[in-house]
Amino acid sequence: MHDSAHVVEQPGLRHHFADMEQQRASATLGMWVFLVTEIMFFGGLFLAYLVYRSAHFGAFAIGSEHMDFWLGTINTVILLCSSLLVALSVHAVQVGKTKLCAVLLLIAALCGVGFLGVKGVEYYGHYQEGAVPGPYWHLDLPQGTDVQNVQMFFYIYFVMTGLHAIHVTIGIGLLAVIAWFAWKGRYSPAYHNPVHVSGLYWHFVDVVWIFLYPLLYLISAKKA
Amino acid sequence: MSEHIVPRKTYYIVWALLMALMIITAALSRVPLGEWNTVIALAIATVKALLVLLFFMHLKYENYRITWVAVIGGFFWLFLLLGLTMTDYLTRGPSGLAGH
Amino acid sequence: MSSTVTTAAVERTNYLNVDYSLKSWLLTTDHKRIAILYMLSITAMFFIGGAAATLIRLELLTPAGDLMSSDTYNKMFSIHGIVMVFFFLIPSIPATLGNFLVPMMIGAKDLAFPKINLASWYMYITGAGLMLYVIATGGVDTGWTFYPPFSSTYSNTHVIAAIIAIFIAGFSSIFTGFNFIVTIHRMRAPGMTWNRLPLFIWGHYATSVIMVLGTPVVAIALSLIALERAFHLGIFDPRMGGDPVLFQHLFWFYSHPAVYIMILPSMAVVSEVVSTFSRKRVFGYYAVALASVMIAVIGFLVWAHHMFVAGISPYAALVFSLLSYFVAVPSAIKVFNWTATMFKGSITLSTPMLYSMGFIGLFTMGGMTGLFVASLGVDVHVHDTYFIIAHFHYIMVGGAVMGYLSGIHFWWPKMTGRMYPEVWGKIAAGTIFLGFNLTFFPQFVLGYLGMPRRYHAYPEEFQVLNVMSTAGASILAVGYVLPLIYLMWSLRYGKVAEDNPYRATGLEWRTPSPPPTENFAETPIVTWDAYDYSSLPEEVPVAR
Repeated sequence: MHDSAHVVEQPGLRHHFADMEQQRASATLGMWVFLVTEIMFFGGLFLAYLVYRSAHFGAFAIGSEHMDFWLGTINTVILLCSSLLVALSVHAVQVGKTKLCAVLLLIAALCGVGFLGVKGVEYYGHYQEGAVPGPYWHLDLPQGTDVQNVQMFFYIYFVMTGLHAIHVTIGIGLLAVIAWFAWKGRYSPAYHNPVHVSGLYWHFVDVVWIFLYPLLYLISAKKA
Repeated sequence: MSEHIVPRKTYYIVWALLMALMIITAALSRVPLGEWNTVIALAIATVKALLVLLFFMHLKYENYRITWVAVIGGFFWLFLLLGLTMTDYLTRGPSGLAGH
Repeated sequence: MSSTVTTAAVERTNYLNVDYSLKSWLLTTDHKRIAILYMLSITAMFFIGGAAATLIRLELLTPAGDLMSSDTYNKMFSIHGIVMVFFFLIPSIPATLGNFLVPMMIGAKDLAFPKINLASWYMYITGAGLMLYVIATGGVDTGWTFYPPFSSTYSNTHVIAAIIAIFIAGFSSIFTGFNFIVTIHRMRAPGMTWNRLPLFIWGHYATSVIMVLGTPVVAIALSLIALERAFHLGIFDPRMGGDPVLFQHLFWFYSHPAVYIMILPSMAVVSEVVSTFSRKRVFGYYAVALASVMIAVIGFLVWAHHMFVAGISPYAALVFSLLSYFVAVPSAIKVFNWTATMFKGSITLSTPMLYSMGFIGLFTMGGMTGLFVASLGVDVHVHDTYFIIAHFHYIMVGGAVMGYLSGIHFWWPKMTGRMYPEVWGKIAAGTIFLGFNLTFFPQFVLGYLGMPRRYHAYPEEFQVLNVMSTAGASILAVGYVLPLIYLMWSLRYGKVAEDNPYRATGLEWRTPSPPPTENFAETPIVTWDAYDYSSLPEEVPVAR
């Protein structure tokens, strides 16, 4: 067995892999396949959205008018910037700037926290306005509005953004952990795939939001 | 290391494009264009998603074909779920959804 | 019985005896040990699901609902379904035989993600444990299908807890799925090209693709039921503008392909066993490999055939009915090819071969009746009757379970280093075959005559057939207990196994029985096709 020589040459190589490239390629493919499962998981909710919006466009448009356009837009900006930071962090570690990598990841994670904060403000706003479906619903709507389906819009909104927020939270944790390891010098130009793979997860969370934003916030030209 | 190092400039350009597209989509959403609002918004979202997938997620620089197969397959399967289910909802006729 | 083999076996370190501590088992990342852990757990769940089935069949001995109340009966068939589907059939072959053999068959040291493999077992155990808790504290009565509005609004049982249990087990499935996919893509030994892969691998690859694409959808469907139940909101509730059929779309989008998760691995076993005991390469290798992929793909396009009478549009129903006919084609191709493999082969009627031959016959019957119910006109009459129950039990029990037993017996010497007593193997196989047919054939007739499913009472005129079915079930039960006994017996008293007792061609047979932890002393270099009997070290006459 020539393993011990390999271990010295290739830090981070797991024993069941023949070489670093196999390990890197495996971990990357694994994350991509996992992201496919996430596409299908969110996909079920996109289906519900599609079914009810196609049947009740008017109610959905009214619901969307009650979304906070500016908070939603700010959140989109936050996530897009955080994705840039994550991409830059991969570059940083590829050229050996591991401390910079850690800092960039940390700031990206903080962007995520900021995103959650804005969402919290938004949710509270909806609650105050009476737009939480169920016993606390008291949203002011004109006579003759299809209230039932405006509630349906908000229900789907809360479930979709709620599930997304859970994923953002997981992503924050993931980025923070990887940032910590990067700061501690675990990664190098020769071994940094965990940074890349965690980045993939974060970018996916961004992609989901890229679609949620127009679908939830931008249905109607009018804004309440 | 067989991994390609994407230059930072590429990332900045992609980010600028993403921000521009976001501003466009937000602005256009305020303009009443009827049916086209949805089409344009989704088209822009798709372009943004592609930018993130190809550049930030390095899909463009992937050596292995199977990654592409997985991503394309994943989205295709999503459309299968949406499309085939809608063959039911779109052809139900006037009674449409339950509760109507 | 060679004493050299015995001594060597006693001296040699293998994955079982390398460390006997509990910690080494519970914290193992060795795919072979994880396979054994899974095997023990799913066997336990199988007998729990079987216990529920026993109570069902006992109730159905008499036309009156006299053994238990209708509410309790609802719980019985729900528990039977949930446990058998989610905690036995879905994991069964992939998590046991797949985990054990996939790395070995491709010449790898382990799966791509050994720790995730262990995590998947722990998730399974957590889900199973929670399910056992649900059963112990009153059960769930929605059927394994969890249809709203009953599940979301009216049921008074532990629906949310059951859903959480299934959700967690679903993660186990997803982890196994992507582990296999990445392993098969990235960790094949030099020379092990795609067209040299054993069909067992092709089958597990197709299964893994289904697991990855489908499981998340049922996860979100069930999560929405749980949310609806908890917060009284209306995504599936017509009173609030929702559509209960939307749940069915989301549920069956997974649960139909799920049946292919349950059958493809069994088919994968059959390919290996039929070839070995015909001493002939599988007829039409490419066709069988491609058929596995086609089953996985087409299997995703047919789900609404479970919903023909649920209120979907008749136009959609037509589309799905047509697509459902197509899905039978690749399965039929496999049956033809296995049969052609046996033609002019040198047949050995060993226990695994008996199970596999039983599979071929019973799966064909189940599959053909699937065509009957794919027809809209027929399904309108037999939906929700015992015809459907017989149809899917022919495939799931006559097919999937027999395939599982075939595989367990075939690879038992490799996994344990022991041979089981062949005579008892054959007796059990025969008992199971007999008991199975006596249990389920009468159910085709019952369903056709109109006996509905999920009812604990039925009209008098159905009693004779029900008694036959219950009698069959008792024989089937005996048949299942027998392997439990003699397989465990063999661990201590069975003949010590050689490396390749059946002269099979897979890479797994070119290591010791049981294998060492790292599988191969040196990474194999493959220069032969799968099922190339002339590639074996010894000269053995082969059939053409």
